[in-house]
Amino acid sequence: MLSQVHFRRAARTTIPVFFGYIAIGIPFGLMLVNAGYPWWLSAVMSVFMYAGAGEYMAVALFAAGTPLAAILLAELFVNIRHIVYGLSLITRFKDVGKWKPLLVFLLTDETYALLTDVIVPDGADAGAYYGTIAVLDYVYWISGSVIGALLGTVLPFSFAGVDFALTALFTVLLINQVRASRDFLPPAIGIATTMVAIVLFRAGILPGQHIIMAAIALGLAALVAVRGRKFRAEES
Amino acid sequence: MRLPLSSAFVATVLTAAVIFLLRAFPFLLFSKKDPPPFLRFIEKYIPSMIMAILIVYCLKDVRVTVAPFGIASFVGIAVTAVLHVWRNNAMISIFGGTIVYMLLRLL
Repeated sequence: MLSQVHFRRAARTTIPVFFGYIAIGIPFGLMLVNAGYPWWLSAVMSVFMYAGAGEYMAVALFAAGTPLAAILLAELFVNIRHIVYGLSLITRFKDVGKWKPLLVFLLTDETYALLTDVIVPDGADAGAYYGTIAVLDYVYWISGSVIGALLGTVLPFSFAGVDFALTALFTVLLINQVRASRDFLPPAIGIATTMVAIVLFRAGILPGQHIIMAAIALGLAALVAVRGRKFRAEES
Repeated sequence: MRLPLSSAFVATVLTAAVIFLLRAFPFLLFSKKDPPPFLRFIEKYIPSMIMAILIVYCLKDVRVTVAPFGIASFVGIAVTAVLHVWRNNAMISIFGGTIVYMLLRLL
């Protein structure tokens, strides 16, 4: 366990995530209740899934009546970035001992960002230090989503439009990714293939719940066609 | 038609399992050896493509040919993006963009 000094230091590093998670958790809870689900489902989703973008997308997919297989496939692709996180933390997590399974379960974008950034203070146990940060973030997220869901059930006025927070969240994540990669081609392909899928949907050819999968499949094919050779050249 | 609560519950539990397996995957498989090239290709190019797909998907019901032409959505995204490039604070960007969108819808 951590000493009080080390605990305070770990807690201080989570302050931005506290504000972020409460801010993004509340609209999630509101949206879920506005979609017609009970408040406690927000707690169940946040406790077990614990994935911001994944949970936001799940609300949209639930509300659209998406088949289970399509939900799982879409969630697999949206969360596939977690593999990258794990890959880059293998070395860092070598000496965390019994905290490892918990740290792996709690590995969200924001916690990943904090854990790749923090320096464990002298005399503190690495596993406990990382674990404290990860668990605090977890508590913030669950609190935010439950607060939002409860607000949604008691507040008399409509929150029509609050689901735009989802669009805004994706916009923010896209900007962060392009900032890091300096590569505009993958998002440009994504925009194009989704527009194609939506046109097919409006023409009555593609069911609404398959838009995302169609866009991902087309996009992946386009990316391999455009970047496959360059990627193989860089690899060898 | 939205999913009934029981289906949403089952989907939540199964999705949770998928997410945990994704998080555990590299630790289970690649503690000793390097990941295969296809996985690295996915890691490198897919995340930003998925985000762009999700943004456009969110706009699937916007009618750009009929007034008000989805102005609220496009301005909302633009405000979010400008705030984020300028301040680089996710909370400010998301709240700012969402509030502008909600206000524009009321007009």
